[in-house]
Amino acid sequence: MKTPDLLSNLVRDDEVHKDVYLSEEVFGLEQRGLFANTWNYLGHTSQLPEPGDFFALDLAGQPIVVLRDPAGQVRAFHNRCAHKGTQLVTAEAGRLGGRFIRCPYHAWSYRLDGELVAVPLKAGYEGTQMRQAEAGRGLTPLAGLHVYRDFIFGRVSAHGVGFDEYFGDILQAIDLMVDRSPTGRLQIEGGVLRTTIRCNWKFYLENVNDSVHPVSTHESAVRAAQSVLKGQPADAPKPLAFEQILPFGQKYDFFEQTGGKVFPNGHSITGTRFSIHSGYGSMPEYVAALRAAHGEERATQILERSPQNTVLYPSLALKGSPQTIRVIRPVAVDRTVIEAWNFRTLDAPELLFDRALTYSRLVFSPMSVVAHDDVHLFEAQQSGLRSRAAEWVSLHREHDPRELEEPVRETSGTSELLMRNQHRAWVRYMGLNPNEE
Amino acid sequence: MRNDVTTTARELVDFVYAEASLLDDERYDAWLGLFAADGRYWVPLQGAQQAETEKCNSIADEDRMLLSLRIERLRAGLAHSQQPRSSMQHILQRPFVLQGEEAAGGAILRTPFVYAETRGDEVITLYGHYIHRLIREGDALRIALKRVNLVNAGSRLPMIQLFP
Repeated sequence: MKTPDLLSNLVRDDEVHKDVYLSEEVFGLEQRGLFANTWNYLGHTSQLPEPGDFFALDLAGQPIVVLRDPAGQVRAFHNRCAHKGTQLVTAEAGRLGGRFIRCPYHAWSYRLDGELVAVPLKAGYEGTQMRQAEAGRGLTPLAGLHVYRDFIFGRVSAHGVGFDEYFGDILQAIDLMVDRSPTGRLQIEGGVLRTTIRCNWKFYLENVNDSVHPVSTHESAVRAAQSVLKGQPADAPKPLAFEQILPFGQKYDFFEQTGGKVFPNGHSITGTRFSIHSGYGSMPEYVAALRAAHGEERATQILERSPQNTVLYPSLALKGSPQTIRVIRPVAVDRTVIEAWNFRTLDAPELLFDRALTYSRLVFSPMSVVAHDDVHLFEAQQSGLRSRAAEWVSLHREHDPRELEEPVRETSGTSELLMRNQHRAWVRYMGLNPNEE
Repeated sequence: MRNDVTTTARELVDFVYAEASLLDDERYDAWLGLFAADGRYWVPLQGAQQAETEKCNSIADEDRMLLSLRIERLRAGLAHSQQPRSSMQHILQRPFVLQGEEAAGGAILRTPFVYAETRGDEVITLYGHYIHRLIREGDALRIALKRVNLVNAGSRLPMIQLFP
């Protein structure tokens, strides 16, 4: 069976085969297919304030370095010396000592545009084919690189769908986050919380747009919060942390009515109408500043839109109201790293940054009492599916055959179309052979 | 006088050992009772490097109310992630008194530790040191701050469900 056939046989219109989550072979195909063909989040330009600044990451199982060159341009390269493959930078982030990257092993040196400019014992290469070989080409740039409002995205494959076509209207979710700053500037601050989870990455990403689970999954955290608050005086102000945890206790009809929306290529939003983040208190001065900067209509739109979660498939989840993002980094078929980053919203009240820090600590930290139950259940899915009692995972809720003809579609907040949409993109980009595009 | 100082140091050191034992024995109410009214349990994201005033995130940063939430959740029996239940063991090296009882701001102790948290067949192990800032309330010592400086605080950690 050819690969595309194999893959489309794993995803039905309303069900997904368990091998999508369990098969090592499928995971290998994802690294070479899905994560190479799609646009993935690399980082934010505020992590590279000065020329020479860099950060490193793994993308599609490969080491990548992202840096700012002397002219101020953001560039991304495969983090591999052209000589013998040594990883050039091994720190997660830092500043290069000058205008060059020098390999620490044999001192091959590259300009920050990737060109190989110096090798020791140069005479030894005279009369050889080194300059014509792969080695002579210098550093290999990441094939696709696009900066959208300071969010840096990359694509490993040289050919494929362009950035604008790939994301389309879902980019408005980034606009909503950025425009929360009257001057349109966000800054990564406050460190990154990283957790290792022993489950397939798709369980995590599906759950980002799963508004059915809070009622049963988060009962323990919500009940405990309610019980602690009961012991407080009635007129005591509700601490920020409790303001953020208690809304997880909303009921099914609330979550159903929050609304969802799917977009082509796996992207989606939950909380299109309202969300558990809608009720945070407002700040008159800030509202006035936003109106002055963006106009009345846009300011209202920015403030009223607090979607629960936006998925920029397959690597990024945005939370516009607490101004935090989660990055999904698959490590192995049953191992995923989640990074939670916080934005400081420039020229906006400090409270916005406080909310970001508190929210990500309460909900995304390795010690989060909210995440503990989520992660436990993702891991329980990973182990439960080993059962041979059934082959398929159900995604039937609110399935409607007509949805296949509507790439952009409004849903309830609890529709599993939000997940079916991810798997349809999965089939497309897994099977997409870049050489045939 | 010399005798008094020795007794005080002994009392401080014993307090730190006893505090860890209360956790290991899951005597959470008694443990929470060791905290001052505005006491803080803090696991900074940058370990010992993180300044107290720095606006950096934390793995945990909890006052008594948030600690109560954590304890209530463990006690209520509704937590899915506690099936099976987790257990913990703190192994402490001798606490060092960095600053004595008489100093302003109370006594400060530094205690290297190994922390093991088990669940089913799994064990996670964390290393680091505690900074205890203790104050005196009436006859009793109370925790103004228990700071948990993990050596690998910034790494990709698994879920930590109890109290390192």
